[in-house]
Amino acid sequence: LPLPSSRSRFSGSLLNLQESESENKLDGETASDSESKSEFGGSPPVPTSDDTPEVLNRALSNLSSRWKNWWVRGILTLAMITFFFIIIYLGPLVLMTIVMCVQIKCFHEIITIGYNVYHSYDLPWFRTLSWYFLLCVNYFFYGETVTDYFFTLVQREEPLRILSRYHRFISFALYLTGFCMFVLSLVKKHYRLQFYMFGWTHVTLLIVVTQSHLIIHNLFEGMIWFIVPISCVICNDIMAYMFGFFFGRTPLIKLSPKKTWEGFIGGFFATVLFGLLLSYVMSGYRCFTCPVEFNNDTNSFTVDCEPSELFQLQEYNIPLVLQSVVGWKTVRMYPFQIHSIALSTFASLIGPFGGFFASGFKRAFKIKDFANTIPGHGGIMDRFDCQYLMATFVNVYIASFIRGPNPSKLIQQFLTLRPEQQLHIFNTLRAHLADRGVLGPSEDA
Amino acid sequence: QELDLEERLCELDLRSDSDIPPSTDSTPEILKRVLSGLSARWKNWWIRGILTLAMISVFFLIIYLGSFMLMLLVLSIQVKCYHEIITIGYRVYHSYDLPWFRSLSWYFLLCVNYFFYGETVADYFAAFVQRREQLQFLIRYHRFISFALYLTGFCMFVLSLVKKHYRLQFYMFAWTHVTLLITVTQSHLVIQNLFEGMIWFLVPISSVICNDIAAYIFGFFFGRTPLIKLSPKKTWEGFIGGFFSTVVFGFTFSYFLAQHQYFVCPVEYNSETNRFVTECEASELFQMKKYSVPPLLQAVLGWETVMMYPFQMHSIALSTFASLIGPFGGFFASGFKRAFKIKDFADTIPGHGGIMDRFDCQYLMATFVHVYITSFIRGPNPSKLLKQLLILQPEQQLSVYKSLKSHLVEKGILQPSLRG
Repeated sequence: LPLPSSRSRFSGSLLNLQESESENKLDGETASDSESKSEFGGSPPVPTSDDTPEVLNRALSNLSSRWKNWWVRGILTLAMITFFFIIIYLGPLVLMTIVMCVQIKCFHEIITIGYNVYHSYDLPWFRTLSWYFLLCVNYFFYGETVTDYFFTLVQREEPLRILSRYHRFISFALYLTGFCMFVLSLVKKHYRLQFYMFGWTHVTLLIVVTQSHLIIHNLFEGMIWFIVPISCVICNDIMAYMFGFFFGRTPLIKLSPKKTWEGFIGGFFATVLFGLLLSYVMSGYRCFTCPVEFNNDTNSFTVDCEPSELFQLQEYNIPLVLQSVVGWKTVRMYPFQIHSIALSTFASLIGPFGGFFASGFKRAFKIKDFANTIPGHGGIMDRFDCQYLMATFVNVYIASFIRGPNPSKLIQQFLTLRPEQQLHIFNTLRAHLADRGVLGPSEDA
Repeated sequence: QELDLEERLCELDLRSDSDIPPSTDSTPEILKRVLSGLSARWKNWWIRGILTLAMISVFFLIIYLGSFMLMLLVLSIQVKCYHEIITIGYRVYHSYDLPWFRSLSWYFLLCVNYFFYGETVADYFAAFVQRREQLQFLIRYHRFISFALYLTGFCMFVLSLVKKHYRLQFYMFAWTHVTLLITVTQSHLVIQNLFEGMIWFLVPISSVICNDIAAYIFGFFFGRTPLIKLSPKKTWEGFIGGFFSTVVFGFTFSYFLAQHQYFVCPVEYNSETNRFVTECEASELFQMKKYSVPPLLQAVLGWETVMMYPFQMHSIALSTFASLIGPFGGFFASGFKRAFKIKDFADTIPGHGGIMDRFDCQYLMATFVHVYITSFIRGPNPSKLLKQLLILQPEQQLSVYKSLKSHLVEKGILQPSLRG
């Protein structure tokens, strides 16, 4: 079997873990054993390749390894949160770019794991094809989004107009080219590996690219729909960890032995509270609550509008149960805060399943982290595994409960219909509006 | 146990490709007795031929029975294809006894079908749905309900992960999702094409079948240069001969179908009679027009102009795709069968293999036809557009109304009113 020679291609962490495992017989138990050994008691540090910057190493050299690890994680967490705030300050375009970079990095991490698992780094064409498929799917999704939101800009420029009119056909043709290249690249001894990598690429695309585009859709709805969900997931992570650290006793699930019921429940309540407070603060600012629009004259993104009902303070009656506790009869809240409770609840109850899924995946393929990008935390994917389901939920939530379809998109679709169809729709709409009394009686056939 | 599995699979790779186990013989007894006199080669040919005719007859019968039966047929084929591919996955990974997995696979199939049927079919039954309260609720929150159902399946999967079987379970999870992506999306695109007009369903499928048969026949009589290592029986002569015959076949077949309203009209649901009807004013595509024959062909054919349906030009594009790109779907399936060391997807049809074996070339065709229709033939679905317009907020509806009105007046479709 060719296994031993190709192991040298593995990254440092993989190799160390595999060697220690082969001593203990390959077993799902081993991964959790080595994890628990590193966290409790002064045993030798976890055998990941250490790419903590030298500065931090020197500053923390006096502390014991347990506290050192904690400090590294803490500092990096603060660094990431600060970075997050800076990006928000810089505006929607930078946010979109960051989301795209994160997506590409996640895709790269998962595909690299696939290569390592199947020792298929040298398969003919395959690296090129994976990136090509990523490009195709991104082209398709960006084209759809750009056409919707930049409608006027697109209509003005001639090449863009043709690209947008035949967008689906062009995307499909690009994808087909990739598919045919794949079929032509099948080599006799490697059929199964090539099909595995093809399947692996497609599932990764399904997970990574669709989520990132849903995030961008949420962003366009209003930056608050981007910031509150992501912050709730991060808060839940941190709070569950802290509650578990101080009060943790009953294990939650065999997949992640460090999670506890106390952490889970404490994290839930803390996240709901945090969501309420954060939404209260953010709903006051137009730059967060207004849909992102592209201004044709200034050719830049603007967030300026009349705040919708959701973001206007309203009086709510406190249910009798809480009245005795809180002491107020009514409270002034934004309706959005009620929605934030739903978002926080999802982030705390279902979000962790994304994390368990990633844990199961790492155990299945015997890896400790997705990659070594962030010192103390692992890869980008490690940080974003709980966000996986959140973006889809927010998008579905918005589409179902907050707003209907996008009016400008509807107008655009209307313009491509045949004249008889246009007339029919127009008349039906007019009858509907007249029924509702929205239209004045001056409108005549 | 996992290392064992990988070793076994690697050993399979090292064996030669010809060591594929022969398929079990599921030919019915009757046929065996009748053909017992002939030699093995001719016997196989006769069985294949008889089954081919049988399948084509079933196809015609279902077309005669109408759109509803066709939809049911497409749905059954989809379920059977899904079942075949999932069973292959079980066999490859010896994972038939994984906890929960069979239920989860079928559950995911149900979820995804529910989502697609809700999105597409509900649009066509708008009038039917408007009358019933419970259905209205289901339609309004359709995406949310589908997502909740899918999430339940996802959480069940995470909770069902068992220590010794993590990798197998993840493989099966991915296998299920890729299979869903292939079979369910294609089948729904087929049904959407069907609703556009039965001709958009019949001509592509027949072109693919014709290409299969014509390439086989040309290859049988004239075949000499192999086409691709994956399928050693395919030849360049068969490929090119099949291409030309399919284009001619598509052309002639469209000519006959374009004359009947039954095939040409979009399928609509009549809420009074509770049935599907195909009656309409034939669109431009299906009205005879004069075309001037290009000078090259004039010399050959001797005519200067010819009366054709515009649809026949589109049928050339469809046939070209069916002959040139469709076979890649077949090569993909051949590669898949070689990769997993199986001769056929299943043994459902004697002499032919499984349902998936017959439909592997159709795989890409349905998507192509759908993309072709939305890009070149028609815009979006008017009734769906109307439904979305009616969901908007009143202020939004008013502003949309004003934009539409100014557009229509500009184009001269609407006469400007004297007041307002």
